[in-house]
Amino acid sequence: MKTNDVILQFTAKIVFFIIFFFSIHIFMAGHYTPGGGFVGGLLTSSAIVLLVLAFDLNTVRTVLPFNYTYLTATGLLLALATAAFPMFKGKPFFTHYFDYFDLPLIGKQSLHTAMLFDGGVYLVVVGVTMTIIQTIGEDE
Amino acid sequence: MNNFLLLPIIIPFFFGMILMFGQKNLKYQRTFALLGIGLALVSAISLLLKVKNDGVQKITFGDWPVPYGITMVSDMVSALLVTTTLLITFFVVWYGFGSITKERERFFYYPGIMFILTGVNGAFTTGDIFNLFVFFEVLLMSSYLLIVLGGEKQQLMGSIKYILINVISSALFVITVAFLYSVVGTLNMADIAVKIGEIDQPGIVTVIAVLFLMVFGLKAAIFPLYFWLPTSYAAAPIPVLTLFGALLTKVGIYAITRTYTLFFVYDLSYTHDLLMALAIATIIAGCIGALAYFDVKLIIIYNIVIAVGVILFGVSQMNEIALKGAMFYLIHDMLIKAALFMLIGIVIYITGTSDLRKMGGLMKKYPALGWFYLIAAFGLAGIPPLSGFVGKLLIVQGGFQAGSMWSSIFILASSLLVLLSVIRIFLYAFWGEEKETKGTVDKKVYTTLFVPTVLVVLITVAYGVGSEWLTPFMDDAAKLLNDPSIYIDAVMKGD
Repeated sequence: MKTNDVILQFTAKIVFFIIFFFSIHIFMAGHYTPGGGFVGGLLTSSAIVLLVLAFDLNTVRTVLPFNYTYLTATGLLLALATAAFPMFKGKPFFTHYFDYFDLPLIGKQSLHTAMLFDGGVYLVVVGVTMTIIQTIGEDE
Repeated sequence: MNNFLLLPIIIPFFFGMILMFGQKNLKYQRTFALLGIGLALVSAISLLLKVKNDGVQKITFGDWPVPYGITMVSDMVSALLVTTTLLITFFVVWYGFGSITKERERFFYYPGIMFILTGVNGAFTTGDIFNLFVFFEVLLMSSYLLIVLGGEKQQLMGSIKYILINVISSALFVITVAFLYSVVGTLNMADIAVKIGEIDQPGIVTVIAVLFLMVFGLKAAIFPLYFWLPTSYAAAPIPVLTLFGALLTKVGIYAITRTYTLFFVYDLSYTHDLLMALAIATIIAGCIGALAYFDVKLIIIYNIVIAVGVILFGVSQMNEIALKGAMFYLIHDMLIKAALFMLIGIVIYITGTSDLRKMGGLMKKYPALGWFYLIAAFGLAGIPPLSGFVGKLLIVQGGFQAGSMWSSIFILASSLLVLLSVIRIFLYAFWGEEKETKGTVDKKVYTTLFVPTVLVVLITVAYGVGSEWLTPFMDDAAKLLNDPSIYIDAVMKGD
C-alpha cells in the first residue's frame, strides 16, 4: 500500500529534532527539577516512533542502525558501573559524588555521578521501548 | 558498612548484561552463565561463613543514615537461602544443556536466569519493604520471559494465567505497602518492627497483616490462592519448571516468614492462627492434588503445595524449635524439589510422555535412575536419615510445644500421603511391564541430564546425613526469627 504522505513525512523530519532536543533538555534538567533519564528516554523513543509512523520500520532502521538489545545492555552496564564504582573506594554501593566545575561557554556548573547513572537509565528506556515497538511492528 | 553482601546479587546481574551480547553464540552463553553462577556461589558461601562468624551483615546504600536509606541485610536466614538458591541454579543450568532447546538458548534464556537470580537473591537480602517489591518485580519480569519462551500453545495458556495473577498481586502488594507506610511512616523493615511495637497493634495492623498474607500467599501458593500454580508451572519446560518450583514459591514463603516473625508478632491469636489454619488447608489441598493426577509433572507440582503448608505451619507456631524446623524444611524442600523435577525430567525424556499410565519397566534399562529416584522420594517423605526427616521432626516437636496437638499429628500423617504420591510414580514408571517408549534416547544427552541430577540427589542425602553440622547455622536462623530484637538491633545500631 502506498499513500501520499508528503506532509506527514516532511513535518516528522523537523518535529523529530524538536522532540529529540527537548528530551535532552528534560534529561539534563533531571537532578533538581522534574525530568531525568526515564522521561528523557521515553521522549526520545516517542520521537523515533514518530519517524516509524511517518516512514516505516526498515527506513528508520537504516537511518538509525542501532541494535537495541545491545543498547539496553550497555545502558544497564553503565548504570551498574556508576553504582558499583564507590565499592572499589570502600564506600557503600550507590554512593553519590558531585562537585562544581567551571566549564567553557556555560560557566559554573555542578556535575554529578548520578547523571551517569541516569544516562544508563536513558539508554535502557530507549532500548527496551524500541525493542518492544520493533517486535510488535514486525508482525505482518 | 560492608559491600561484600551485595556480591551474590550483583554478580548474576552483571553476567546477565554480559550475556545479552553475543546471544547467538551458544558456547559463550553456556560458559559465561555457569561462570557467573559459580562466582556468585563462591561469594555466597563465604558470605554465609562470615555471617556465622561475625553476626548480621548490613549496608545502607549511598551512605545515608539508617531508616532513610535503602538497607540490605544479610542475616543467617537470607544467607542460607541465597546460598541454596545459587547452588540449585548451578545444577539446573548444567542440566538445561541437555534439556532446553537451542532456540530457547539463543533467545535470552540465560540472561533470564541471571536476572531471576538477581531478583530472588535481592528479595532474600533486602531490608526495605518497598525494595522487596522491586526485587519481586525483577524476578517476576524474568519469570514471565522464561515461562513464555518457546511460545508453544500450552505455554501461552499457562503463562497468561500466571502473568495476570502476578500483576494483580503486585498491585495489591504496592497498596498494602502504602497502607503500612501510612500507619507507621517508614519503609525500613527493622524500623517498621519498632514502630508497630510502639503503636500497640491497632486493628489496622491486623488488616495489613492479612493483606500481606494474601499478597505473599499468592506467590507462595497457600490454600485458596494456589489454583493458578499447577497449570502455569506444568506448561514450562523442565529446567524452568525446576527453577520455578524450587525458588519462586520459596520467595513467597520467605516473605511471609519475615513479615510474620518481624512485624506482626503482637496479635498472634488472630494472625498466626489464621496462618496455621491456611497452612493445614494447603496441605490437604496439596495431598488431594498429588494423589488425583496421573501426570508426573502435576504430582510433583502438588507436592510443592504440600511443602508450603508444612513450612508455614512451622512458622505459625512461633517458637524456636518450630522455626528451626521450618528453616531446615525450607532448605530441604528447595533441594529435594529440584532433584525430583530433574529426575522426572529424565523420565519424561526417556519415555516421551508425562502420563504415568503410558510408562513402565524403566528399572530394567535404567536401574541407577530408579534407585536415585527412590532415594529422592524417601528424602521427600522424610524417612530418616534422609533430608526431610529433621525438619519435619522439629516442626512437629514445636507444634506439640505450642499446644497444637491434633494439627501436629496431622502433619505427621500427611507424610504418608506424600510418600504414597511419589511412590506411585516409582511403581508405575519403574516397575511393571516394559512399555514401548516413543522418545529417542541420545546417550550423550542422557549423561548431561543424569550427572547434575545425581549430584543434587547426593547433596540432599548429605543434607540429611550431615544435619548435625548444619544445626549451628539453623540455630542462628531460628534464634533470629524467634527474637526480632536481634535483627532490629543489628540494623538500627551503628556500623
